[in-house]
Amino acid sequence: MEDIKPRISVYYAQNAANTTVVTLADEKILDDEDIRALEDSIMPLIDGPVNLVIDFSNVHFLSSAVLGLLIRVSKRINENKGRLKLCSIGPKIYDIFKITRLDEIFDIYDDAKKALNSLK
Amino acid sequence: MTSKDCFREKIVSRGVISELRSICAKILCLTQELDYSDDDLFAIHLAMEEAVVNAVKHGNKRDPSRNVIIEYDLNPEKADICVTDQGRGFNPSSLADPRVGENIYKTNGRGVLLIRSYMDSVEYNNTGNSVRMVKLNSKYARV
Repeated sequence: MEDIKPRISVYYAQNAANTTVVTLADEKILDDEDIRALEDSIMPLIDGPVNLVIDFSNVHFLSSAVLGLLIRVSKRINENKGRLKLCSIGPKIYDIFKITRLDEIFDIYDDAKKALNSLK
Repeated sequence: MTSKDCFREKIVSRGVISELRSICAKILCLTQELDYSDDDLFAIHLAMEEAVVNAVKHGNKRDPSRNVIIEYDLNPEKADICVTDQGRGFNPSSLADPRVGENIYKTNGRGVLLIRSYMDSVEYNNTGNSVRMVKLNSKYARV
């Protein structure tokens, strides 16, 4: 039987209201299938006025397709009056955000603790 | 430079992303053997990924019966990689800048920008269905 690999781990922050922290599990995010699975996992979590922190600490490689997913997530959160924070993005991945200037539209923090503090 | 330091091949593959990624993985292994830096490998990986996805999605319109041709010429000085699809091509200079105005909120259109940013030289043929990308070995350049 094929192993089912979780795409994300989720925890609900105790000290920040309506806040969910999603940690991406994959080291590499490329396939349409991976991105669709991620989207299917994340979208139900933001079906309301929630704040979301996405933790990239496990991610070492991604392509522009993932940036598209982040923008879709961001739009949904904005529509629902929530806030999106990204954190723990390694330097190589951060360069992709800088080159595309997405570092200017996403709130990016060094780690999950700082991202959560910004939501208090 | 000896022949052991050079890897050259032309591969005609079905236009299926998973199959093309296997070829990209092979090219990455060879560039690793040639002692390119981690940053160079990251750049080559990203550029190949974006080029292959563009070739399949936009070039071949996801038709798996259309081929994608990958040619590479790798040596310790530079990695020269060409990706060609069987589509009608496009005019790369007509692409909107994804960093400007409302484009920044679009969910696609960043692949060519990333290829240009990470590779040292990027050229499209006149038809616009073939991209040639060159990465200089940053370790070699310092010697």
